[in-house]
Amino acid sequence: MFSAVVSTSAALGRLFVFDSEDFAEARPQPSGAELFAEGHPPQRALPASSLRRAFSEDARLASVIPASQLQMQPAPEMVSSGIAAFDALAGGLPRGCLTEICGPASSGRTTLLLAALSAATRRGEFCVVVDASDALDPQSVAAAGVELKRLLWVRCGEDPPRKLKNTAKKNLKNNQSSKFDEGGSPTAGHRLEQLLRATDLLLESGGFGLIALDLSDLPPQTACRIPLTTWFRFRRAVEHTPTVLLAIEQKSIAGSCSSLLIKLGAAGKRIREQSISEHLDSQFPEPTHTQLLTGLEITAELVRSRLDRKPVRSAAITFASTTAWAG
Amino acid sequence: MPFACIYVPNFSVAAVLRAEPELHVRAVAVFEGKPPLEKVFAANGKANCLGIAPGMTKAQAELCMELTLRSRSPLQESSAHAVLLDCAQSFSPCVEDAALDTAILDLSGTESLFGPLPEIAHAIFCRAADLGIEANVATASNPDAAVLVARGFSGVTVVPSGQETEQLGLLPIEVLFADQCQGAEKKEAARLLETLDRWGVRNLRALAALPEVALIERLGQEGLRLQQLARGAASRTLVPMEAPLAFEEAVELEHAIVLLEPLAFLLNRLLEQLCARLASRALATQELRLTLELDNLTGMDCECNNPGIPSESDASPEAQSRPLAQHFISSRQNKFCRTLRLPLPMLDARLFLKLLQLDLNAYPPGAPIVKIHLAAEPARPRTAQGGLFLPPSPEPEKLELTLARISGMVGDNKVGAIELLDTHRPEGFRMRRFVAEAARETQPRKHSVPEEKSAITALRRFRPPLRASVTLAEGQPVRVVCIKKKEVQGGVLWKAGPWRSSGDWWEREAWSRDEWDIALQNGDGIALYRLVHDLLNGGWFVEGTYD
Repeated sequence: MFSAVVSTSAALGRLFVFDSEDFAEARPQPSGAELFAEGHPPQRALPASSLRRAFSEDARLASVIPASQLQMQPAPEMVSSGIAAFDALAGGLPRGCLTEICGPASSGRTTLLLAALSAATRRGEFCVVVDASDALDPQSVAAAGVELKRLLWVRCGEDPPRKLKNTAKKNLKNNQSSKFDEGGSPTAGHRLEQLLRATDLLLESGGFGLIALDLSDLPPQTACRIPLTTWFRFRRAVEHTPTVLLAIEQKSIAGSCSSLLIKLGAAGKRIREQSISEHLDSQFPEPTHTQLLTGLEITAELVRSRLDRKPVRSAAITFASTTAWAG
Repeated sequence: MPFACIYVPNFSVAAVLRAEPELHVRAVAVFEGKPPLEKVFAANGKANCLGIAPGMTKAQAELCMELTLRSRSPLQESSAHAVLLDCAQSFSPCVEDAALDTAILDLSGTESLFGPLPEIAHAIFCRAADLGIEANVATASNPDAAVLVARGFSGVTVVPSGQETEQLGLLPIEVLFADQCQGAEKKEAARLLETLDRWGVRNLRALAALPEVALIERLGQEGLRLQQLARGAASRTLVPMEAPLAFEEAVELEHAIVLLEPLAFLLNRLLEQLCARLASRALATQELRLTLELDNLTGMDCECNNPGIPSESDASPEAQSRPLAQHFISSRQNKFCRTLRLPLPMLDARLFLKLLQLDLNAYPPGAPIVKIHLAAEPARPRTAQGGLFLPPSPEPEKLELTLARISGMVGDNKVGAIELLDTHRPEGFRMRRFVAEAARETQPRKHSVPEEKSAITALRRFRPPLRASVTLAEGQPVRVVCIKKKEVQGGVLWKAGPWRSSGDWWEREAWSRDEWDIALQNGDGIALYRLVHDLLNGGWFVEGTYD
């Protein structure tokens, strides 16, 4: 009998065969029906059980698809992040995928987020910011060029409304929720719980071009308590949708669930060097208001990208952001 | 000119059955009167089979174990009457409100819309059944003939033009006096019936066959009118009614409801009835008003200053200035009102139920409920033109439910779109309702903002600002210590400022402040913060971080 490597694809739920010559050669073998056809040379009669097996083998292999004919998953559509340098580094933000942007305070995470929001709203899309620490500054949002009508802001607060008291009690039974409150501040755990539930609802609702999860101000030990299954659920929910799921945080927490991981470097070095050296080198003490914060220099490094088949070599870029008053 | 009549037999019972459809399979009787002189007012066929007849005392009727007794409810009857008119007006704009249980329609010109007369009559019958009432429908060439046929024959009856006399002839003579059942009219009707009975006139055919002059000599003009009615030859002008666009449903409960779950069942029924009525008039709703009459409990704690509901924050300034709808009207009346304002006209009973449930979960009535009243403000359904190349946008119904759920989690004013206020005051913004549809109408700005514009440094605010201890040297901050946030402390590495601003000095909420941009060591790197000195109240605050 012929031999072929037959495997089962869990994802597709159907059989496929790795291309093998043995399989190709095996096809001319007469099937059970052909054995009785006219003109076929007489052979040794087969027992009924063998015939049945031959029939079932044929029926089974008829649905087998060679691996070479399997369709590859198309690459996700990339959309502009609003910053040319970032787009050159990562190719933009992928739709239907989770993108993580991590970095310490003042590294430019929010600047990047607002640029992405601005670009998305300019395209006519609706966006959401699920703000775990209620830190978004509306003036900065407006200055970044975001269309405010198209932006939904969910402010996870510290004060639970009346109804949440009951909900919180219920959720205490849930292991996942109680984990958040084991360490860190209980408030942070509560806000994180709100963020996850709101994100679930928004992903289920659909129709948004960009959903941003702002976890920047959450303590890393609290943010790390989000179970990996939650990130898998988010990734699965956003898959095959035109939504960009973007998470900004201090440290990468989604693991292999994120398709793109960008790490931002500690910013402000250049500002410090320039300003302080200018200040110290000057012969005469200058009034402080002659100085002006005109912007940040942001360093971004592409740590991981699952969008390309080849492994990504770490690449870094530097670009500048300007303050709204710097003109 | 064809006319149709919709007649609801046994109207009081029909109104009860519409409110409680599960009673359709049971024997039902409706009683009225003051205790202990309550009498059976009407009963359905099954109750008649059990020997229940109008006029029996309630005590007598209660002896029958299989009988379900309900008190006569004017609220339910007015709702059923409104449904009857809605059903009629969904087929013709020219409708006469003939009686509580009868509506007459002018069907001229509707054949091109709904087909021939039999089809129209059948469609009216089906629409009435969908709306929860079992009605008789008849069409004839004049309104009175249609009314008599509807009262006399059950189901759908179509009387061809010219055959009115033959069709009406089968009806008993009592059908002419069916609407005269009160006061002097009743006595007069009884006298006429007795006279006709003595003459041997038992049906309309016999009345129609009487000589006209002789009849007038004996009964006067009333006799002539009755004969013309019996012949189907009476002609009159239809008196069309003004369409009242009031969509209200109510239910009175025998036993007060304490839990929200059973309330949801009743609300579901009311909402389905309301939505069916709105759909029959090709309308939707943008505002639902729920009024709950509460049980009169002594010592009940009336929450007169409940916060507003999430749907209250409307985009329009008029809506903003409107008083909060959620309140107890009066502690004596014990009425609890909630108003659900939707951003767009919608017509989905399940969505409304979910929104009301979420709202009532957040703001429970606080006392047992004895009466539920639900009213819908009609609005034209929205029209939206989809497009293949338009960017994706959330579905309004789904979005509304999602926002309501999130509001239930994070709070009412914590979800929405940002609206900047015309002020330099820090935090000069307010939250407004997020309406995807309204934003979609405004076309995205194309090329108004250059694509490759340099990124704007963003500020992340600490809400509320963090109080800090600041060491000054020559009036400038040199060291900052923030107790609440460990990262925000240390020597100031770089600073810019002060940037002084003030405003609203003519009001009580005046503000004046100095802002500093400072750099502090943060691990291996540097973090930039905005430090604020409140000049009016004193004190230093770290307002946010540049990120």
